[in-house]
Amino acid sequence: MKAKRKETIAAYLFLMPNLLGFMIFTSLPVVFSLVLSFFNWDILSPPKFVGLGNFVRLLGFTFNGKNFIPNDPHFWYYAFNTVFLMLVIPLEVFGALIVATAMNQKIKGITFYRTIFYLPTVCSGVAIAIMWKGLLNPDFGLLNGILIKLGNLLHLDLHGPAWFTSPVWARIAMMMIGLWLIIGGNNMLLFLAALQGIPRDLYEAAEIDGAGGLQKFWKITWPMISPTTFFIAIMSIIGGFQGGFMLAYILTGGGPGGATTTFEYYIFNNLYTFQKAGYAAAIAWVLFLLIFIFTRFSWKHGGKLVQYH
Amino acid sequence: MKKVIELTAEKSKSIRKKKEFAGKSLAYILLSLIGISMILPFLWMISTSLKEAQAVFEQVKPWWRNWIPAKIVLSNYVRAWHAVPFGRFYLNSVIVGLCVTFGVVFTSSLAAYAFARLNFPGRDKLFFAYIATMMIPGSVVLIPQFAIIRIAGWVDTYRALIVPATFTAFGTFLLRQFFMTLPKDLEDAAKIDGCGFFGTYLKIILPLSKPALATLTTFTFIGNWNSFMWPLLVTNRTELRTLPIGLEYFQSQYTTDWSLLMAGSVMALIPVIIVFIFNQRFFVEGVKLQGIKG
Repeated sequence: MKAKRKETIAAYLFLMPNLLGFMIFTSLPVVFSLVLSFFNWDILSPPKFVGLGNFVRLLGFTFNGKNFIPNDPHFWYYAFNTVFLMLVIPLEVFGALIVATAMNQKIKGITFYRTIFYLPTVCSGVAIAIMWKGLLNPDFGLLNGILIKLGNLLHLDLHGPAWFTSPVWARIAMMMIGLWLIIGGNNMLLFLAALQGIPRDLYEAAEIDGAGGLQKFWKITWPMISPTTFFIAIMSIIGGFQGGFMLAYILTGGGPGGATTTFEYYIFNNLYTFQKAGYAAAIAWVLFLLIFIFTRFSWKHGGKLVQYH
Repeated sequence: MKKVIELTAEKSKSIRKKKEFAGKSLAYILLSLIGISMILPFLWMISTSLKEAQAVFEQVKPWWRNWIPAKIVLSNYVRAWHAVPFGRFYLNSVIVGLCVTFGVVFTSSLAAYAFARLNFPGRDKLFFAYIATMMIPGSVVLIPQFAIIRIAGWVDTYRALIVPATFTAFGTFLLRQFFMTLPKDLEDAAKIDGCGFFGTYLKIILPLSKPALATLTTFTFIGNWNSFMWPLLVTNRTELRTLPIGLEYFQSQYTTDWSLLMAGSVMALIPVIIVFIFNQRFFVEGVKLQGIKG
């Protein structure tokens, strides 16, 4: 009994530094931000209670006799942008799987390839964003230059777009950079580990039965790695809902005309630029609920697609 | 009859070898193509950083002269270094990065030991609370954190950059996962020798966990080095900007001076790339660790 009490006290002493910081900078802020979402607050003057006002403004519609008009049309546009940018996720996931499959062919120089592929993940920061600003410059950028060269070669009049001045091309640029950043990163390493974990004899048995390469992939590899694929897909979508701030801040400032502003960017603008901490908290909580509902739904229904072993 | 079997076995072996060869070749081609697309932007950045400001816009023949400029100028680096206080930005990033990394590894390893090895009431519930907060979007927590920092008057201080980043649920989770995989026999032996809990943590657990600690150190340092939104929120003065914020400021000042911008970006990337090349195995380990089920 005494030893047990001693262990409990020791445990809390071990936990204390982390737990204290965790309470002040993580747990309390979660509660604080929920409370904050019912207030108008510029952080300087005393907060003003507005009840559900922030949420009504954010999500509500007003009927003007003819049409329903959103109270905050920006929010819906930025929601559209966020989802648009998430369309690249399937490409990111399958791209990572293809790279991992190629890496798993017992090739030489795997460390070399892995280092190069992981480089963008490590560097992902402002410097990389500035680099891409140059690469996509219509006057001298590498990408448009390559397109022109390719056009000359094929006798076609190819020329790249002015990436950051058109809403659609600006979004495509963001997606392209996102794909470049992530394709050889953590997801690829997770896939590679999953592929290496598949027992060899499964393939050997299939070969004796005369299975071809594609058959082996769909009948063995795909089901065996399905838990990893499921995990990566969900984490990518959760990340997608919260992404797109840093790149857009450097490359487009959220433009043109707000075309690359995402949820995250809108929260930043409200918090920092417009000094509306309460409204920012309301958006953050809507985002949280969206992610929560999505995660619950996919665990419940997506779990059927996964074969655990 | 036996001969026939041997013959077909040999045949199938050669077919398999041919298939394997084809698969490997395809893999090499694919990986090399993607590898080139990964590395080319970096080379282009370095090449642009070595050009004269005007030469950036010129297309010259032969084509490789666009990549290796006829006149290589290193002065862009000197100019970039003096255009904004780069030295100060580096120093800030190093100070903040080292403090945060030390804090995270220290507090996380203590907490992870309690979660992995000690029995106390409420342990599993508390650990669940830790994991649950990892699911909450960063911005939910960020807003009150920003308010706390402003009310406490910590804006434009090192404290604001260091303290909130020091207590992570992720670090605790990662180390706890690793500690769980360590064999218990050594600890039992230590207990018999009269080692207390802290002694066990210090003399048994930590030395056995060097790979995991190195992984967390590398992850935390690089993550902090690239951290953007938080330092953007809590610093206004030039003297307190970290490298990413300084670089952003730099690019907003010199929007059209491309060779200068690229030189500045290369300077910012060099430390990260060096850290990565020497520690790259820890990244692989770290990703695998996250996959271990608790």
